[in-house]
Amino acid sequence: MSDQSLEQRAAQAKQQLDAHVRECVEWHFNPATGCDYWLNKAKKLDFDPLKDVKCFDDIKKFPHFEDDDLRGGPVERWIPRGLKDKPAYVFETGGTTGLPKSRVVMEDHWIDYEIFSETLPDEHFPKGANWLMLGPSGPRRLRLAVEHLCQVRGGICFCVDLDPRWVVKLLKKGKMQEANDYAEHVIDQALTILGGGHNIQCAFMTPKLLEKLAMKLIDQGSSIRQKGIKGIFCGGTELNQQWYRFCHEELLDGAYIAPTYGNTLMGLACGKPFDPADNYKISYYAPQPRAVVEIVDFKDYNKVVGYGETGRVKLYTFTKELFIPGFMERDEGEREKPFNKFPWDGVSGTRPFHEIAKSTVVGVY
Amino acid sequence: MLEIPVIRFGKTYDSMSKEPVVHFETGETLAQMHQANGGLVKMDLRKAKNAREALRSFAPEALIEMCKKAADLYLEGTLPLGDGKQSPAEFVRIQSATTGLPEHMCASNMRKNAFVLKNMDKVLDALTRGLPLDILTKGYGIEGRGVTVSYQANSPVLGLVLPSNSPGVHTLWLPAIPLQVGLMMKPGSSEPWTPYRMYEAFAQAGIPREAFAIYPGPHDVGGALLEGCGRVMIFGSQQTIQQHAGNPRVSVHGPGFSKLILGDDVVDDWEKYLDIMVDSVFLNSGRSCINASGIWVSRHSREIADAIAKRLGPVAPLSPTDPKATLAAFCIPGAAKAINEQIENHLQTPGATEVTASYRGGPRHIPQERCDYLRPTIVHCESADHPLANTEYMFPFASVVECPQSEMVGRIGSTLVCTAITHDEKFKRQLLDATNIDRLNIGEVKTLSLNWLQPHEGNIIDFLFRERAFQDAPPPAH
Repeated sequence: MSDQSLEQRAAQAKQQLDAHVRECVEWHFNPATGCDYWLNKAKKLDFDPLKDVKCFDDIKKFPHFEDDDLRGGPVERWIPRGLKDKPAYVFETGGTTGLPKSRVVMEDHWIDYEIFSETLPDEHFPKGANWLMLGPSGPRRLRLAVEHLCQVRGGICFCVDLDPRWVVKLLKKGKMQEANDYAEHVIDQALTILGGGHNIQCAFMTPKLLEKLAMKLIDQGSSIRQKGIKGIFCGGTELNQQWYRFCHEELLDGAYIAPTYGNTLMGLACGKPFDPADNYKISYYAPQPRAVVEIVDFKDYNKVVGYGETGRVKLYTFTKELFIPGFMERDEGEREKPFNKFPWDGVSGTRPFHEIAKSTVVGVY
Repeated sequence: MLEIPVIRFGKTYDSMSKEPVVHFETGETLAQMHQANGGLVKMDLRKAKNAREALRSFAPEALIEMCKKAADLYLEGTLPLGDGKQSPAEFVRIQSATTGLPEHMCASNMRKNAFVLKNMDKVLDALTRGLPLDILTKGYGIEGRGVTVSYQANSPVLGLVLPSNSPGVHTLWLPAIPLQVGLMMKPGSSEPWTPYRMYEAFAQAGIPREAFAIYPGPHDVGGALLEGCGRVMIFGSQQTIQQHAGNPRVSVHGPGFSKLILGDDVVDDWEKYLDIMVDSVFLNSGRSCINASGIWVSRHSREIADAIAKRLGPVAPLSPTDPKATLAAFCIPGAAKAINEQIENHLQTPGATEVTASYRGGPRHIPQERCDYLRPTIVHCESADHPLANTEYMFPFASVVECPQSEMVGRIGSTLVCTAITHDEKFKRQLLDATNIDRLNIGEVKTLSLNWLQPHEGNIIDFLFRERAFQDAPPPAH
């Protein structure tokens, strides 16, 4: 495809985003359909979202979203009136100490993962195959989302319990051995499932657990691939270029890895499919127009950096269930150019934001 | 600018992830360190046995000879480093430029490392108490007194999580190589120089490269070494010490809280010992765990504090290239400021006075564009109860504490090096029996004057090897 056609596709995507944003703002700031939180917030704004937001760029009139607002109850303040009759889930993020941040969801986690499913290569994630989910469970959305992904693709998902808050507590207390014992406990369960004749060919795993499982299998004279797993969907900021290469060269024995980037607020950004020419660089693209990723200047969060330049990750969510007009993620990375499959900006090299990196415990599970 | 790869048991590995090592004054990038990841270390641990096997293909005596050759190469050779080469002068310059230690101190640390390598036969003879070293290779044998003994290596490799700011500590792990134990090292982010140079010196002296792995990298690299190596030496803070306390797999080295004590029988002649006190506090820029951070006496504490302060108070930072430079820079942003604030906060508690202030003619904390200095600080503590009575900071800082001799051993707390100047036999006995003291000097010995024939924070032989029973014939009838 020529540059011109990419430009056209990018322009189309921009138009689609602008229209989607208008529609989303109309929904969230309409007293009949919006939620209490945003309807109350609108009274304190010095502009009228319904009149003054006509495109994505107008979203920058909103102050940055403070995720601390998501802590505590009543969580009903987040439920759009237009969806009040739908069954609601509440998913939590953080919460090792103190109140976790809560997000109320009806169907977004399903929709996000259905869209993600479209990006997975069938040869590595065969339709109808069963899945193993080896990641955080409990109040996290990941377990239900991965299970839905598997079901959408015609499989059944086998899950293992994992409580990351407990692992963070152990690490903060310096109880490394106990943290390792817990990881072993998780891996043992995974091995039992994999050995149970369940036709598991796909998996979600966190990088740390993937590493542990792969090495345990290597020690047993086997491998992830030999155990039948063809494709692994994996996420986390510790999934960097070097680790990605290490996985390909030493850990996976030919199994495919689909890196992803996301959080409870935004959903799931897809990785650009593996291409040897990229030299293991991992670039993520948000599921536009439902979510947008920008890389912004460290000193001016409304200024997008140039392509290839480094900045802080800024996320936007525009679904009927949630409106987030610019949230400063705890990560940084480089701005990536659009490409044919995702004709909008992406991000590569995601890593903890350098100003808070030292106080953040990442990749605990 | 140098590009320095990861070393995986002798094989170079170019990582996709690199971190710059910068000059602490100019900010210039001096090298790009290729970064390992924890998984890489864990994969390599599966081949750790080969490192010991490679070393066991040489007799310990041959390895000792190679260590002596390595000492010369390390001290005088121009050795490969990453995609470049490095002369001894370049080594000193770059180590100073990234650690903040004055160049002449880097050169002195270099000589110290070379001395231990050069005298490895004597070091091992002392630490093994004369054990024929082939017993360690073979696993058993007959000692000179005709007794069968057996030693088993606790691990084929020694994991090392090395510090960034103390190039003098490397002497501690050097004996591992002639003991036929491989090395898996995580160098400090600002001081990769010694491990890489030592590796090249060893290799060029004939020691198999397969015995060495060097993994510059983030914290998870250290975590992987701690998790996977049967024996690990780690250098860190008091928090690190507490975290690994009681773990027999980990030899942890951190603050020393070293002390110099004058007994009641000599304290009236304290002026005679002033040089020893000043040097113990001040040499190597007070950066080492073996620098005295406390001078404990039962009387004359104010005069002693004043006399030390008079010597150290005027000392000011000089360029690290200046042969007269005595102060090391703090290269980690915010560290010096935080230490300074902590000292000031503690001084708010009644019972302590900073004595250096009147001799310094300026503030303790000297912030510069890219680094900071802390000027020498001597605090007088009226009693051992004051929070500054038992503290350690990485610059020339010491508290002169007034404490009755009868209470000293109980009050000094955990002490890495204790120099006690006394002729009082009863006091000497108390000191000899004190389990809170690691290295004990009784006499006029500066706390930094280490004899390498003595064990340091435990004997490395006992750490790396397990002595066990072995019989190849029935015992005599009994």
